[in-house]
Amino acid sequence: MKHLMVLFALLTAAPLVAQSALPASPYAHQQLADPNKEAEARALMDELRCLKCQSQSIADSNAPMAGDMRSQVRERIAAGETPEEVRSWLIERYGDWVSYNPQVNALTWPLWAAPLILLILAVWLARGRFRRRKDK
Amino acid sequence: MNRWLLWVPLGLFAVFFAIVAAGLMRPKDNIVESKMVGKPIPEFTLPAAVEQRPALSSTNLATGEPQMLNIFASWCVPCIAEAPQLLELERAGVKINGIASRDTPQDIANFLNRWGNPYARIGTDVRSIVQLELGSSGVPETFIVDSKGVIVHQHVGDIRKEDLPELLKIWKEAG
Repeated sequence: MKHLMVLFALLTAAPLVAQSALPASPYAHQQLADPNKEAEARALMDELRCLKCQSQSIADSNAPMAGDMRSQVRERIAAGETPEEVRSWLIERYGDWVSYNPQVNALTWPLWAAPLILLILAVWLARGRFRRRKDK
Repeated sequence: MNRWLLWVPLGLFAVFFAIVAAGLMRPKDNIVESKMVGKPIPEFTLPAAVEQRPALSSTNLATGEPQMLNIFASWCVPCIAEAPQLLELERAGVKINGIASRDTPQDIANFLNRWGNPYARIGTDVRSIVQLELGSSGVPETFIVDSKGVIVHQHVGDIRKEDLPELLKIWKEAG
């Protein structure tokens, strides 16, 4: 009985955090007429982080705010902005965090440098080993 | 080879392990801070959200006195929780401007009738355009703008009773 009551309570519970009842922005779910621009917008939307569901891209997310961001991205690209301009417009407001494609700067350069340094280090170590074997 | 060199890989692994473990144990932080703090309020013009209050534009926020800018919505539960605190700030003399996020005039009017109206002006942002301009990622959020219209502080989430002294202090210093 207790289980049944819990089940009933769960079934009839209303969501605590309701979402906006307003319709989505014009280009939240509608593609641009120009296929090239739509492809550019789509590639960028895959690399922009949703502010609400923080592990999703805005292309993936159903959050109303992600829809508003998609619409902004498409409208700005349709108006002639390049994807990188739109990306920097968002980074200016939300920080590097908003882009899944990190930019090279004073903090992030080891991401590219570290694999090279490790590779060079490995070659150098391996060379030492081979040489020693020859000496034997 | 030196004896102690043998321990270097294990030491490196220990460092790596410690970093990962610390990252796993740290509580999750979902707060997105706006990079607009310290910059002038971006230019915008929003239509009036309800009949009782005038519309809001960025020029209303650079008037020589420090003000607050609160982003709210009738569909947002934490906004109800922070309503008494906003009324208290208004009683303390703070000019609070509202931005209603993705909302209808009827719902906003009902919300204000029910939970109080601390706002001097309310603009309606039906497509989150101004919210994106401000670097805001949700509701409720509150910005403090100084007398020249520069954003000096962002409060993410609902304002609780214990946040009031700090917010009032920042507001007074922004004058």
